[in-house]
Amino acid sequence: MKKWIKIAFDVALFVALAMAPYFLSSYHLSLLGRFLAMAILSLGISITWGKAGILSLGQGVFWGLGAYVLAMHLKLAALAPGDMPDFMMWSGLDHLPAWWNVFHNPLVALTGVIIVPTVTAGVMAWLVFNRRVSGVYFALLTQALALVFSTLLISEQAYTGGFNGLTDFNTILGHDIIDPGFQRAIYWITLLALAIAFILCRWILSTGFGKVLVAVRDGESRVRFLGYSPAAYKTVAFALAGALAGVSGGLYILHAGVISPAMVGVVPSIEMVIAVAVGGRSSLTGVVIGTLLVNFGKDAISSAIPELWQFVVGALFILVVTALPKGLVSLPNVFLRLKSMVFKPSKARALNSV
Amino acid sequence: MGHVAIIAGQIFNGFSVGSILLLIALGLALSFGLMNVINMAHGEMLMVGGYLSYLACKFVHGPMSLLAAFLFAFVGAALLGALLEVTIIRWLYGRPLDTLLATWGVSLMLQQGARTLFGPIGVEVVAPAWLSGAVSFDTGVLAGLSMPYVRIFIISVTMVVLVLLTLFISRTRWGLYLRAVHQDREMAQALGVNTKLVDLLVFSVGTGVAGLAGAALALIAPVTPTVGQNYIVYAFLVVIVGGLGSLFGTTLAALFVGLISSAVQMFTSVSLADVFLLVMVIVFIQFRPRGIIFARSRNMKEA
Repeated sequence: MKKWIKIAFDVALFVALAMAPYFLSSYHLSLLGRFLAMAILSLGISITWGKAGILSLGQGVFWGLGAYVLAMHLKLAALAPGDMPDFMMWSGLDHLPAWWNVFHNPLVALTGVIIVPTVTAGVMAWLVFNRRVSGVYFALLTQALALVFSTLLISEQAYTGGFNGLTDFNTILGHDIIDPGFQRAIYWITLLALAIAFILCRWILSTGFGKVLVAVRDGESRVRFLGYSPAAYKTVAFALAGALAGVSGGLYILHAGVISPAMVGVVPSIEMVIAVAVGGRSSLTGVVIGTLLVNFGKDAISSAIPELWQFVVGALFILVVTALPKGLVSLPNVFLRLKSMVFKPSKARALNSV
Repeated sequence: MGHVAIIAGQIFNGFSVGSILLLIALGLALSFGLMNVINMAHGEMLMVGGYLSYLACKFVHGPMSLLAAFLFAFVGAALLGALLEVTIIRWLYGRPLDTLLATWGVSLMLQQGARTLFGPIGVEVVAPAWLSGAVSFDTGVLAGLSMPYVRIFIISVTMVVLVLLTLFISRTRWGLYLRAVHQDREMAQALGVNTKLVDLLVFSVGTGVAGLAGAALALIAPVTPTVGQNYIVYAFLVVIVGGLGSLFGTTLAALFVGLISSAVQMFTSVSLADVFLLVMVIVFIQFRPRGIIFARSRNMKEA
């Protein structure tokens, strides 16, 4: 496709999304808001997996870190001064832990939403990539991280709210969260964050850094022989994906009003990957569309026939990977190729007869 | 119970957990070493083995039921593995990450299938009477220590499987082919080894052994649709620590993971033991990024 068509498509997509609050019911708007927040995370997966070839099965961890940091702030903001969250009192804690108290300050909490996941992702990636462990091993280690993170959240009930997670948020920066007008504002903020992340990712991929990432995916040893440090590039890319995941998690809970360990574990983490795969892992536009489609699909199917969803998502994995590895965005190209396959032979015959 | 008895008991537990992990990880490590493929549905082979042994025990009674259960679990899981290899994995050769995702899809479908067929609550396999006792110590430093026969049985089954696999790899013609393909796939192919058949054989033997693990596990815990998920992540860690394509390395790694997690659980909770285990594995790969035992190679192929 020509470049301007792509840009026009992106602009049209975002304009349509910006108009959505005027056409959708508040229920569907809330869903769309959540899924747009998820799309920010998907952009990060697109950079690490689509471009740099790093598959992470633990994005839910970084997403969850962002979500929990903001949730801790919201939980504290909802309390009268000196009070403690209810689950802490049930578990017999007599004072608020210091690492909770830090997030009472909104500025600390909002920076924490980005910093905590970024640093965690960066450290994890550096420890693994620096020893030239990559590919399948990295995927398995991130999956183990997701498992450990969710079981830890469940078992440390006194500090994390356990299986139920954190909920009952009512105020952020002095605004009433449940207020429909404010919900609409949050929707636009989410969309704006997505747009900024989108442009940021597009810009990063157009720089030399983006080019080296692709080179690392296609021939890591060659890149190393050329004098680059693939580990450093991959670490930065992964930390960036961690930051996007954190922002995504923070925005998500403003729409959903709850965060729990079941939303950050192994299975949700891998569902984040399938959304990207369906849309087209290396196309930024594709992953946004894929995330919206898969999540709306999940909502529709699992509210109609709950047992069916797991079959559908399983089949999606197999189908997309085997039949359409470049995702839905490659469909136009597939059609073009089919067309040329159908029409070329006749042309060739015509030439021969001359 | 004295300190010695508690420590001995935890070591015994470590061996018991480690032997189940080993049965699961053997197939993973073999097919990863040979084909560079990780089968995310491997845990579900364990689950299938568990359900098959449940069915076998339902239809076969008397002293032969245990044998029938293990045989049924092995053959069933091996056939399912062969089907998986032929229909999906073989087509994704050279795309390890895509294989991982596709087999994850298979795993989700198998889990949901089991939930639909057998219900979300687990089914129980009743161990035969001669396995129901325990070796108990009443006097001496080990007073209070008790080692259930079932767990001793599982450890012995693992040892038998390990010996048989070692003999298979080192003594038989197909084992020779396996080693040849492992060392140099193209050259083995050029010399007339049917590499596709070797892949298929190794993969299905691996899933069959996972099925055995499922049958063994069914003796001590109920079989649920997600039973595979509880073990598979640890089995992956075993593969990472063990290195590629070495039975000995995988065995050491399984014991390492089993012993560490049961040792740490003495002092903290299960979930903190998991955290500790993951940290240990990440620390471990700082020193031996390619596992305890790995084949030295000048090959520049990326692992």
